Amino acid sequence: MYAFDFEKPGSIADAVAALKDEDAQALGGGQTLIPTLKQRLAMPSKLVSLTGISEMQGVCRGDDGAVCVGGATPHAVVAAEAGDYPALAALAAGIGDPAVRNRGTIGGSLANNDPAACYPAAALASAATIVTDHREIAADDYFQGMFTTALDEGEIVTEVRFPVPEKAAYMKFEQPASRFALVGVFVAKFADGVRVAVTGASEEGVFRWTEAEQALSGDFSAAALDGLSVPADGMIGDLHGSGAYRAHLVVVMTKRAVEAAA
Amino acid sequence: MPKDHGIGASPKRREDVRFLTGNGNYTDDINIHGQAYVHFLRSDVAHGRINKVDTEAAAAMPGVVRVFTGADFEGMGGLPCGWQVTDKHGEVMQEPAHPVLAQGKVRHVGDPIAAVVAETYEQARDAAEAIEVDIEDLPAVVDMKAALQDGAPKVHDDLKNNLCYDWGFVEENKPAVDEAFDKAAHVTTLELVNQRLVANPMEPRVAVGDYNRSTDDSTLYTTSQNPHVIRLLMGAFVLGIPEHKLRVVAPDVGGGFGTKIFHYAEEAFCTYAARQLARPVKWTASRSEAFMSDAHGRDHVTKIELALDADNNFTALRTETYANMGAYLSTFAPSVPTWLHGTLMAGNYKTPLIYVNVKAVFTNTVPVDAYRGAGRPEATYQLERVIDKAARELGVDPIELRRQNFITEFPYATPVAVEYDTGDYNATMDKLLEMIDRDGFEARAEESKKRGKLRGLGVNCYIEACGIAPSNLVGQLGARAGLYESATVRVNATGGITVMTGSHSHGQGHETAFPQVIAEMLGIDESMVEIVHGDTSKVPMGMGTYGSRSLAVGGSAMVRATEKVINKAKKIAAHLLEASEADIELKDGAFSVAGTDKSVAWGDVTLAAYVPHNYPLEDIEPGLEETAFYDPSNFTYPAGAYACEIELDPETGKVTIESFAAADDFGNVVNPMIVSGQVHGGLAQGIGQALLEGAAYDENGQLLTGSYMDYAMPRADDMPFFEVDHSCQTPCTHNPLGVKGCGEAGAIGSPPAVVNAVVDALQRAGKTDVTHIDMPLSPSRVWAVMNG
Repeated sequence: MYAFDFEKPGSIADAVAALKDEDAQALGGGQTLIPTLKQRLAMPSKLVSLTGISEMQGVCRGDDGAVCVGGATPHAVVAAEAGDYPALAALAAGIGDPAVRNRGTIGGSLANNDPAACYPAAALASAATIVTDHREIAADDYFQGMFTTALDEGEIVTEVRFPVPEKAAYMKFEQPASRFALVGVFVAKFADGVRVAVTGASEEGVFRWTEAEQALSGDFSAAALDGLSVPADGMIGDLHGSGAYRAHLVVVMTKRAVEAAA
Repeated sequence: MPKDHGIGASPKRREDVRFLTGNGNYTDDINIHGQAYVHFLRSDVAHGRINKVDTEAAAAMPGVVRVFTGADFEGMGGLPCGWQVTDKHGEVMQEPAHPVLAQGKVRHVGDPIAAVVAETYEQARDAAEAIEVDIEDLPAVVDMKAALQDGAPKVHDDLKNNLCYDWGFVEENKPAVDEAFDKAAHVTTLELVNQRLVANPMEPRVAVGDYNRSTDDSTLYTTSQNPHVIRLLMGAFVLGIPEHKLRVVAPDVGGGFGTKIFHYAEEAFCTYAARQLARPVKWTASRSEAFMSDAHGRDHVTKIELALDADNNFTALRTETYANMGAYLSTFAPSVPTWLHGTLMAGNYKTPLIYVNVKAVFTNTVPVDAYRGAGRPEATYQLERVIDKAARELGVDPIELRRQNFITEFPYATPVAVEYDTGDYNATMDKLLEMIDRDGFEARAEESKKRGKLRGLGVNCYIEACGIAPSNLVGQLGARAGLYESATVRVNATGGITVMTGSHSHGQGHETAFPQVIAEMLGIDESMVEIVHGDTSKVPMGMGTYGSRSLAVGGSAMVRATEKVINKAKKIAAHLLEASEADIELKDGAFSVAGTDKSVAWGDVTLAAYVPHNYPLEDIEPGLEETAFYDPSNFTYPAGAYACEIELDPETGKVTIESFAAADDFGNVVNPMIVSGQVHGGLAQGIGQALLEGAAYDENGQLLTGSYMDYAMPRADDMPFFEVDHSCQTPCTHNPLGVKGCGEAGAIGSPPAVVNAVVDALQRAGKTDVTHIDMPLSPSRVWAVMNG
């Protein structure tokens, strides 16, 4: 990697200040950024580690009942402590391997918005609120395409607030090599309707499958999805599966998520 | 009762203590005072003409010691090829030059263009980015059949075309084979791909070159399976350093799987640069570099035809294979699709007529060479797949069809030039059937069906030629090396033994198993025996470890040397006991006079050898150290029967292995635990090939699988608990231990079992048009086949 400066501030305010330097880059758990640096594909002037900020750590329950996860909370902690939202805890427990789960953070995952990452599906299906150092962003506004979010330069995801649905489940079909989601579907049933978010499949990154949401809102059963399909156009096609295969898996995984949630 | 020591016991692997506690001494652990670091600038295009490599700016970068390019190696030797194949017209293969650093053209992504030596590794990388390279892109050839068409871009401008050789085996048999096909009652044809693999040893390749100005000695520390071979090839053909001035050390090596047999450019570079700069030069491959510079494996495209008579006897076999050589000839590449593949096409069957055609092709890809099994997996896969297809077409039981055609009398001379010394293929098949509960399959399939899953059972046999190899034979076949093995057994004064073996252990457990043999022969404790390997300055000229040869050839050399030791020790004992040598018996670590209670302990004899105060100096020399070189008279032929049961999710195409059983005949077994472990590892690699692994290039020669993000390595949870058995033992008839070798069997025998099982599941589900799926049977590929 190229040489860079390193800071590990203890507060959000100090982190925001540190990130004002030109080409400074926030560092969460480093599960994407560090390999990128090692391959010399990025050249930040400074890395600002967010892992020393205690107010960004841990899982708690908000006054409105939401499960609130600090932006620098590792996946393993969410897996262990988000028991109030079992589908979210299970999703966190299935990300990568133990080493990844002990380093990688929810804020890092959402800020990177890898099109095959798991957390974006949970956030979007749960209608989560992404809290940053200076504002709150609804998940529906936050994800703006592959590796693209509503975050501004230097803006930090400090917390993610997940409304807890009545029923929910995440089903991931793994890409055989990376074990990222080839297709992952998060289904969340709230009192006022069902939300279905799909990761891994689309060239546009995580998306809501609204047709399925409508069908499931009327009848929360796998059978309600019979006859529905998503178009293969716009789906990722690569060594590990064609667009048609991914489109097919979206339906299969959605059904399985509904069955697991019901 | 199981033995607790000697041959047949399973002591835990003594080397694991240092491996598992982080105390191994791998090449990257070797750091020499004053060493510099090299980074190779590698081509990012598959094929191009080098117009200019400007190193001026790079040379001025901080910490840079020197920048080397292909020009620095002009007039020097290139990397040699160790095997010359003669084609079906009697002409020798086309053999291109393979420079240490690219000269004139780059020929694959990863081809080294320049090398920057600097004070630190990061400085070398920084400077490499400052090298200005002007490469004119040329169209790449990736597909083998396209590469052979008229007008295809040539990988090597000075060769006639991209055809390395067109090999026919046995060419004189071809008319008879063709005639048998004309007369056949049934012919089964199958076209298949044995896909390209990347070996991926856990330890990437590393080289450290060192040079002593005062003595003019060079030393290379390297991740090699055969340091003497590297010393010979590099010293004699590349750098012109005589062997007495060149030491090659391969210390602990973290897995080889074939890809660390070969002599690589980086080894020659580090040795050369250390001499030029008079300081040590170190290179450690990144995993990304490993993907584009370690020799790959397999990459065959084959059409196989099996002819049967009206009684379902195999009457003839005919194959046509395209074998990818990559951009250059790696050290033993030409031998893999020919002599390690064609000679095994008889398999376990008495097919009387066989013709094998292999076209070896140059493409703009990483060179391909031996990978665990090397040629034999390719032979086994196509043969066992076509037999399974034939059984289905004929409506007969695939196991019975195999049994009907088994070779049952030994020795058996195949029509493809080898003679199987011994075997019992029905015994391993019987054992397999005991292991797998075939009768219960239908009930299990029914249970799977209730859960919406498909279940399939695949069975196959395999045979391999190991214990490589009789030198005079391989010499006739084009080998530019002998394939004997050496051992020195040095008995120390107080009775402990140091064995210097030419075999090299990089995971095989030699340090544990070899002492078991000596302990058995001498009746002493295994802890008194130490194994030394991997250093040309310590060990007599040896050929190293590959082709499941270590115990069969290296172990035999050790046995021969130990026999010499025993003969001499008996002379000493006879003197000490004042008895006739003919009456001396060696038992439980003591020499005694037959029929008396007179004896002398092992340690007293060894001490007398080195403190010869009371010693027959007029008859024998002091000391107790013997060397033997063992050249086998034949290959060994491990064989067995494997079964795989899979479950397939028809909605996703995902295949899971529910059970896997392996019944092997390895002849005699020295350490059953180590043998089981070797089979487990081989099975994991074979199942990895069947379900997961595959190196892919795009049409421009870009490697699509250049990291673990896209190259699917098998992991523990991809594997079932294996059931392995090696109780069927027909001892090898021609080596002193009666052993055959076990290292490659799992990787050879398992891919067809998996594919047979998946095809079986689909056929049972009514997908009768699915007769084959090419590996890896990834979910997307299986789903695509199922959905037309």
